[in-house]
Amino acid sequence: MAGKVKWVTDIEKSVLINNFEKRGWVQVTENEDWNFYWMSVQTIRNVFSVEAGYRLSDDQIVNHFPNHYELTRKDLMVKNIKRYRKELEKEGSPLAEKDENGKYLYLDFVPVTYMLPADYNLFVEEFRKSPSSTWIMKPCGKAQGKGIFLINKLSQIKKWSRDSKTSSFVSQSNKEAYVISLYINNPLLIGGRKFDLRLYVLVSTYRPLRCYMYKLGFCRFCTVKYTPSTSELDNMFVHLTNVAIQKHGDYNHIHGGKWTVSNLRLYLESTRGKEVTSKLFDEIHWIIVQSLKAVAPVMNNDKHCFECYGYDIIIDDKLKPWLIEVNASPSLTSSTANDRILKYNLINDTLNIAVPNGEIPDCKWNKSPPKEVLGNYEILYDEELAQGDGADRELRSRQGQSLGPRAGRSRDSGRAVLTTWK
Amino acid sequence: MLQEESDLSLIIAQIVQKLKGSNLYSQLERQAWASLQRPEIKLESLKEDIKEFFKISGWEKKLQNAVYSELSVFPLPSHPAAPPEHLKEPLVYMRKAQGSWEKRILKSLNSMCTELSIPLARKRPVGEQKELLNKWNEMGTDEPDLSLFRPVYAPKDFLEVLINLRNPNYENGDSLSFRTHLGLIQVPLKVKDIPELGALGRSASNKVINKKQNMGPRKQDPNQREGEFPRNDSKEKFQDKGCTTGLKHNNPRLEQEKECFVELGLNIGQLGIDDSTQVPPELFENEHVRIGQKVLAEQDSAAAQQYIRQGSPTALRAELWALILNISSQPEDVLYYEQLKTNVIQHDLLVDSLIYKDVKLTASNDDYYFVFEDYLYQVLLCFSRDTSVLSHFAFNSASPPKSYIRGKLGLEEYAVFYPPNGVIPFHGFSMYVAPLCFLYHEPSKLYQIFREMYVRFFFRLHSISSHPSGIVSLCLLFETLLQTYLPQLFYHLREIGAQPLRISFKWMVRAFSGYLATDQLLLLWDRILGYNSLEILAVLAAAVFAFRAVNLMEVTSLAAAEAVLADLSTLKVMPLLQIFLFATVT
Repeated sequence: MAGKVKWVTDIEKSVLINNFEKRGWVQVTENEDWNFYWMSVQTIRNVFSVEAGYRLSDDQIVNHFPNHYELTRKDLMVKNIKRYRKELEKEGSPLAEKDENGKYLYLDFVPVTYMLPADYNLFVEEFRKSPSSTWIMKPCGKAQGKGIFLINKLSQIKKWSRDSKTSSFVSQSNKEAYVISLYINNPLLIGGRKFDLRLYVLVSTYRPLRCYMYKLGFCRFCTVKYTPSTSELDNMFVHLTNVAIQKHGDYNHIHGGKWTVSNLRLYLESTRGKEVTSKLFDEIHWIIVQSLKAVAPVMNNDKHCFECYGYDIIIDDKLKPWLIEVNASPSLTSSTANDRILKYNLINDTLNIAVPNGEIPDCKWNKSPPKEVLGNYEILYDEELAQGDGADRELRSRQGQSLGPRAGRSRDSGRAVLTTWK
Repeated sequence: MLQEESDLSLIIAQIVQKLKGSNLYSQLERQAWASLQRPEIKLESLKEDIKEFFKISGWEKKLQNAVYSELSVFPLPSHPAAPPEHLKEPLVYMRKAQGSWEKRILKSLNSMCTELSIPLARKRPVGEQKELLNKWNEMGTDEPDLSLFRPVYAPKDFLEVLINLRNPNYENGDSLSFRTHLGLIQVPLKVKDIPELGALGRSASNKVINKKQNMGPRKQDPNQREGEFPRNDSKEKFQDKGCTTGLKHNNPRLEQEKECFVELGLNIGQLGIDDSTQVPPELFENEHVRIGQKVLAEQDSAAAQQYIRQGSPTALRAELWALILNISSQPEDVLYYEQLKTNVIQHDLLVDSLIYKDVKLTASNDDYYFVFEDYLYQVLLCFSRDTSVLSHFAFNSASPPKSYIRGKLGLEEYAVFYPPNGVIPFHGFSMYVAPLCFLYHEPSKLYQIFREMYVRFFFRLHSISSHPSGIVSLCLLFETLLQTYLPQLFYHLREIGAQPLRISFKWMVRAFSGYLATDQLLLLWDRILGYNSLEILAVLAAAVFAFRAVNLMEVTSLAAAEAVLADLSTLKVMPLLQIFLFATVT
């Protein structure tokens, strides 16, 4: 292939730049002819906006899908998942089966969520059904735990709406949209502390869906012991696991409050048993795939795009995983030495898959990298393979052994008979 | 023959004596009385019927396990006229060395005490007691000022003492010969070489089986059980499954190596090797798990110990260890733990600060164990106050430090052991507990397991004795293995001033805790339990050096050698051990 890959980025992080340089790629500016652009989410908005009239050529790749916000904005994610569930229900798909309480058996992985202000009345109705519940308010467009708070009384919302600049709910602009979700106040605790899971998922195409899960995800622990006590609702060190928040507390820079997913697995297998642990991890894979399937129809499956998402998942004390949110631009800042190595390798493996052989890309390629380049990624779901023959064997890796029965289900797109999965 | 028999009856008598005072005895008595109600118990054949009842109801099994447990910690038989010090440590010079080391530690502790004007122990005021009780589950958040405290000693201080150990009766002459030991330890203790390490596994299990056989009609002979559990002879069963290729043996000495830590042989399936992703589970793992579940169902300690030599499946490990250590959480045990907790609340000990400091310096900064910081306080603070630990000093060369009530120095009536359990923690002590947190999350069970592990194994890692699992023997074993099988490496390191023991000592003292990845560490500790010996620590240390030999040959300083061996977190323990024991070319 002639020439070296020319790259641009507007995220100045060493884990990125070192990876570009190690491939012998050449840095250019955005006005020049570039092949690879690692964009921030603002840039992608501009590039693909209607006014820009930007046309990407065949040898240009970017690291976001144009309308990734369908998955990564908290309100749109919930909206898409709700829509997806309803569609499946209408089709009569066994995936949309409900239990006697009306809860989805297999698709109940997002805590009950309402958009504010639009669904305010619906929310109030739900709130009144269980008045002792706690809810978490999150601004749709922000990250790093900014603007999040917990409420357990209706009056607290009213107060908040009064305190914000607008005079009534109706005139809330889109930018200040919030979602309110049922707070999971019974998280699984280890050493008495709350934690969440950060998993990296690479999507190379939505139709057909091809996604990879990074094996080296991690748990983020709070520095403070968890208590559901209402007196500590304001203590963000107890409730929010974001490193951006925790690092202002009693933060340790050696371990960074992080555990590898394999530690978690070892701990759970040792204390709870192998079956329930495997079931938990299966379910985690399942909910990630379902969330991607939910947005696949509305995603602009631009062939110049790939995306590496940061999935945030919380496990409750019944070992049920909940999808909290998906991040389009997972932090590339490193809080510890191990962190830096992990993120460096993450980018390295991502680039190996997205830009094969480190050569000038041709976005017409089939996006099917050979197994050897996967590095620490493993195939999470490959729609093409699932619909072809020998799907089970391809998708079954030892760790995701249980991807087998799930894959069987997904393969049939919910039309065939459901394999009962204990 | 006669001697053996009388030895045996002595042992039996001692064990019976010990068990008579235990809770199990009263339970058995109660059960026996209760069984009289049962129709199958007839007056004419009372003894046999009750025995039969015990067998069926599982009580005999419990008794068996208790006996087995006693046997495991029982010291090697000695002359009936030997004084109690001999039980602690037969060699005089070792006893002396341990005595003077203890004096030094105590001096250090007392001087810290005086410097900081802190009493060794004080009763907490009521307010403080309440506060501590509230904070019991999160003592890690307490930030007492520990800057003035120093650990009483660190492993490297202890190493210096061991290096200077000499047997005054031993004269090895001034001339160097090929027999000269090049290492740091210069005491003539017998340590095993690779072929003997092989026989280790076989003889240990035979000894136990024989003892049990001779214990009388009540005990079932495990050999008579249908080959359900993996024993030496079931090696063939796994050989057929052919997990890995065997070695061609022309050399008869190497033949013996196959008996190496018998069950670690290349032909025998291992967890830590044969459960990796490349090996299909049907070949070994599934069957091994099934057998493990059976062992647990049978609740047989001896079988569990034999089984675990091939490693324990993660899901079964917690129960297996409890079975081997004969820990069953009875209400009395929970109560005992609560009592210890009360002691902690009521009295503050100087060693508490040492424990805090140690946890903050080690476990809190560890990638794997930081999560469990609070559990560590809950275990270690209680441990310091547990006087039942004092009984292990009967076979520990160390002796508990004595302290005197203020103003009554030297008056025996006012002497107390300090700390109450007689164990002064050193830098890194908390790392003995940390890995156990991955298995047990109920504090009293975690506590019991740790305590048992300490009085069976860990105490040997910081007391001077001639016991084959004692740290002195481990050091010597390590150096001998290295010198015998990797002479070039050893010589090179010695030349550049990097005596290998200086690097590996800290690994062995901590039983590799904090150096290996947790899953690997647990596999290693499986084998410690399985073989009832710490020798595997020395073998692993040598295996690590062998593994990194190429890099080590190129370094030119101690610092560089340390750097090569600084990070063990990626090592896989079982392949290393197997390669070293079976594939090292002599």
